[in-house]
Amino acid sequence: MLLLELFTTFLLIGFVSFGGGYAMIPLIQEEVVNRHAWMTTQEFSDVIAVAGMSPGPIATNSAIFIGYGEAGVIGAMIAAAGMVIPSLLIILVVGMVFYKVQKSKLVKSAFYGLRPIITGLIMYAAFIFAVNNELISSISWHSLSLIGIYLASLAALIYFRIHPAYVIILSGLVGIAVYA
Amino acid sequence: MDLKLLLQIFLTFLKIGPMTFGGGYAMIPLIEREVVERRKWISTRDIADIFAVAESIPGAIAINSATFIGYRLAGTRGAIVAMIGVLLPTFCIVVLLSLFFLRVQDHPKVEAAFVSIRATIVALITYAAYKIGRTAVVDKSTVALIAITFIVMVYLHIHPVLLIIGGAAVGIGLVFVKGKLGMTTITEQVDREPRYKYDDYYIGGGI
Repeated sequence: MLLLELFTTFLLIGFVSFGGGYAMIPLIQEEVVNRHAWMTTQEFSDVIAVAGMSPGPIATNSAIFIGYGEAGVIGAMIAAAGMVIPSLLIILVVGMVFYKVQKSKLVKSAFYGLRPIITGLIMYAAFIFAVNNELISSISWHSLSLIGIYLASLAALIYFRIHPAYVIILSGLVGIAVYA
Repeated sequence: MDLKLLLQIFLTFLKIGPMTFGGGYAMIPLIEREVVERRKWISTRDIADIFAVAESIPGAIAINSATFIGYRLAGTRGAIVAMIGVLLPTFCIVVLLSLFFLRVQDHPKVEAAFVSIRATIVALITYAAYKIGRTAVVDKSTVALIAITFIVMVYLHIHPVLLIIGGAAVGIGLVFVKGKLGMTTITEQVDREPRYKYDDYYIGGGI
């Protein structure tokens, strides 16, 4: 039953995961945290951290991690399969025809509406993660230090263009130095 | 069916899978080198088309590209073999990392590290929103759509799947209505380069 739920959950996510990568975070969050309560938002942040440090696409990695946590290696396989089967089906069905479709005005118009919706969803995900990880809370030294780490990480990504995997590892070392 | 070709497809993508970190876009140059330059399976022109399709359909661009190339080379079986090839190494690595993480997550030092890492993840997601936002914002309507989505999620909490499907419909509707009113809509950034050529391709790409 759990395996079937894992499969259908990630199948649903797989079918609408336009934009790959971080664009899928709000979707996975909705299904895995809010609907199925397989984990808390904080635990989900940790999943993304580990997924971001692993090779390969972050969304598929998250699915594998969540599947593994719920039902072992079989769960990981089922979750990964759910996530990628929609892509496989679409490629088999649509194939090369899609390349011509993609240039049509209708598809361009659809993406014109799709992109801002996904931007809004990711902004919402950032907000929810900030609340659940105590970045947005009553002012204390703890919340201020977290905001400092947040701003430093953002600067590392935007201005210094450091690869996310290194930023995560660096941040972990800072955490050990500050909070241990 | 040519088993040798299937095996070659499988091994090629098996090799590419574990060589990149933090997302599919990093795999694109590697796929190009293997498939176009070394194996000469696909021409330079065709590979650009393949990447363009791979980033517009749902899912990760690297997996989509691999599957698509497999399909072009050897049909349905080629697609499946390529997909499993590109997934298998990262699957094993992620399972091992999850196993490791679940064992050590209660250690005080690991807990301390993750207090800081969680703040960094919020920064990563903010950065992803910024990156996608930059390609999404082309006029006032798109700015309004971003704001509406955020507000709707905070106060009404509609399932994101419905919002995404609705977003596509709204896009088509907006362009149509504006057309009727005699306005032209620029649906994407004019100077948009193929995303896989960006230096920070690993984040927020794909649409």
